[in-house]
Amino acid sequence: MKNKVIQGQVIPINQSNIDTDAIIPKQYLKSINKSGFGPYLFDSLRYMDPGDLATTSKRKENPDFILNKKPFRNGSIIVANDNFGCGSSREHAVWALKDYGIQAVISTSFADIFYRNSFKNSLLLIIIKKSELETIFRSLTTNPIYNLTIDVQNQTITTPDETCIQFDISDSEKERIIFDLDDIELSLKHADKIRDYESKIKLKKPWLFNKNNE
Amino acid sequence: MNRTLYDKIWDEHKIHENSDGSSLVYIDRHLIHEVTSPQAFDGLHLKNRNVWNKNTIYAVSDHNVPTINRELGINDDISKLQVDTLISNCKKHEISYFDLNDVNQGIVHVIGPELAITQPGMTLVCGDSHTSTHGALASLAFGIGTSDVEHVLATQCINITKEKNMRINVNNTLNPLVTAKDLILHIIKSIGTSGGTGYTIEFSGKCIESLSIESRMTICNMSIEAGAKSGLVAFDENTYNYMMDKKYSPSKKYLSEAIKYWETLKSDNHSKFDQDINFDADLITPQVSWGTSPEMTVDVTGQVPDPELEKNSEKKESIQRAIDYMGLKPNDPIQEIMLDKIFIGSCTNSRIEDLRAAASVIKGEKIASNISQAIVVPGSGHVKMQAEEEGLDKIFLKAGFEWRQPGCSMCLGMNDDNLLPHERCASTSNRNFEGRQGDKGRTHLVSPAMAAAAAIKGHFINVIDFINEK
Ligand code: SF4
Repeated sequence: MKNKVIQGQVIPINQSNIDTDAIIPKQYLKSINKSGFGPYLFDSLRYMDPGDLATTSKRKENPDFILNKKPFRNGSIIVANDNFGCGSSREHAVWALKDYGIQAVISTSFADIFYRNSFKNSLLLIIIKKSELETIFRSLTTNPIYNLTIDVQNQTITTPDETCIQFDISDSEKERIIFDLDDIELSLKHADKIRDYESKIKLKKPWLFNKNNE
Repeated sequence: MNRTLYDKIWDEHKIHENSDGSSLVYIDRHLIHEVTSPQAFDGLHLKNRNVWNKNTIYAVSDHNVPTINRELGINDDISKLQVDTLISNCKKHEISYFDLNDVNQGIVHVIGPELAITQPGMTLVCGDSHTSTHGALASLAFGIGTSDVEHVLATQCINITKEKNMRINVNNTLNPLVTAKDLILHIIKSIGTSGGTGYTIEFSGKCIESLSIESRMTICNMSIEAGAKSGLVAFDENTYNYMMDKKYSPSKKYLSEAIKYWETLKSDNHSKFDQDINFDADLITPQVSWGTSPEMTVDVTGQVPDPELEKNSEKKESIQRAIDYMGLKPNDPIQEIMLDKIFIGSCTNSRIEDLRAAASVIKGEKIASNISQAIVVPGSGHVKMQAEEEGLDKIFLKAGFEWRQPGCSMCLGMNDDNLLPHERCASTSNRNFEGRQGDKGRTHLVSPAMAAAAAIKGHFINVIDFINEK
C-alpha cells in the first residue's frame, strides 16, 4: 500500500489564533500566480522592513522570529496552538506554507476554511490533544533540535524519544495527502446527477434561472 | 422530523452522498472577485475545462480598487493586472461583471443582497470568508478558497461535510444607539473566535426579529469571526420586504412561487440544535475591541485587561503580546485611548443604515484636531447614491471626513487606503489582526455610531453619553 512519511524539524509557534493575514499579508494577494509565496511566509513577523511584490532589494530579517533562527529555518513541521489559520479564506496562506517547505501543521484545532484549503493542496494538518501539544513545546525548550516522523498511513507521530502519538484523519483526507487527486475530475463523474438536479430545479424554482427577469 | 433552517437548505441542495460522509452540494450562486479568482481560472484553462453554468456567476472588483479618482483608472500596475485578469476571464466565459464605474459596483457582500443576486433559500459561495453575510437573507452562504472556486466554476457543486447546528437566541431588544455591531462583538467576546467552529449558526429571538436586514447582515458577516463559516436568519416579513423591487428580484411571473418556497425557510418548532446559547440584548452596551483578535473586546466603559490577572499562561502571553502590539497599558480606560484615523466602511458596516447612523452623530460637529484622516467608504454605488440623495455626504464632508468611492478600502488596505506603522484607528470593519489595515497599524473595532463619536472627540467615548451631552 502506498504511504507517505514526513520527517522534519519542528517549528514551534506557541500562540493561538494565528490568522491567515499573519501567514501571508494582503500585499501579496495581488499576485495572480499560485507559486512563489514562500519568501513572504509570515512576512511582517519575519522581516524588519516592509516589502511587497515589487520589492527587489534584500530584506532585513528579524533575528527574533523563529523562522530566522537555527535549526528552525529549515524546519518543515509547524506546531502551533489553538485555532490555527483563522480569518481570511485566502488560499495563498496554504500556498505560502507549502512553498516555504512546510509539509505538516500540528495543532489542537484549525479554522474550517483553512482546513479545507490545506487538504486541497496536500498540506497535512494534524489535530492532537492539548497535553500532547504541551509536551512537544516543553521538550523543545530543552532541546531545540527536534525531529518528528509522521506516518500518514498508520496515523502516527513519532517523537525523538520514540514516543508514539496516534492521530485521527479521515480516509479521504489520507488519500489527499498520499495521492495527488483531481477533485474536479472526481466530481464530474457525477455530471449526470448534477444535470438532472439542475433540470429539476429549473422547473421547481424557475425564478433562480431567470436572470433578465422575463 | 423537525428540521432546522440549515437542515432544510442542506437537504434541498444535496445531490449525492460520498462514501466518506461528505456530500456533493449544488451551488445556486457564485460570486467572484479579483483577488481569489485568477488562479482558479488558470486551473480551468490548464485542464481545458469550461464553466458549468455561467448564469449563476456574478463578478465584481472590490478588494484592490482605488476609492478616489477611479475615473482615471488604476495607477498601481500590479493591482491593475489583477482587475484586468478578472475582466478578461469574465469576457472569455461570458460572466456578468460590474465595472468599476458602474453604479452596481461595490463590495461583493454589499451588492449581492442589494441587487437580489442573493435570495432566500439559495446556496451561495464566494472566495471570501465574509460570504457568511448573505445568510441574513435565509440563504446558506459561506466562504471558500481558490481551489473550491475552481471546483464550483467547473462543476457548480462543492463537496462538503454537513456542519453541526448552533442556535444563538437573542432575547429582548437593543437599547437606543446600541447596534447589531455591538451585539455581534459581544457574542464573539463571549463564545470566542473558535466558539462557532464546525457549526452553522442560526441567529434567532426577539432581538433578531426586530432588526433590519442590514443589521442582520452585520451579525451574519461576523459569524466567521466566531469561527462559523455561515450565519443564518430565518425568512420573515423583513426579508420579504427587502427582496422586493431589486435589480434581480424574481419577476412577477414567478414571484408567488418564490414566496411560497421562501415561507418554508425557518426552523421547525422543536427542531434540534447541537448547541443553544442565549443572550439578552438589553444588557449589551457599546463595544470596543482593544486587542488583535475580535474576541479581545470590552464594553466602552471598560478598560484594557491586566495580563497579571490571567492564570492560564498561554492566555496571559497572548494578552501581553496584544497589549504590546497595540501600544497600550494594562488597565488603560478605553475612553482615554487617543486615535489617529477613523474608517467607516467594509462589508460589515457600509450600508445606508450604517452611514445614516454615523451621520446623525456627526451632524453639526467637526472631527478632532488629532485625527489625521477620517474616511467614509460607501459599500456600493447604490449606497453612495442614496447617501448623496439624503445629503449625508455633505454632513461627512463638513465635519472633515473624506467621502470615497465604493470598495473594501482600509478594511484590508490592499489599495492606497492604509494605516501607517503605529497609527491607531477606530474602524467599523471586522478584523483587528496584526497588520490588517497596514503594517504595524492598530485597529479598534466599533459600530458606525461609535466611530463617528470617536472622530469628534479624538478618543473613544460612549456614544450614549456623547448624544446625551450634545
Ligand atoms: S470589506 Fe473587508 S472583510 Fe469585507 S470583503 Fe472586503 S476586505 Fe473582506
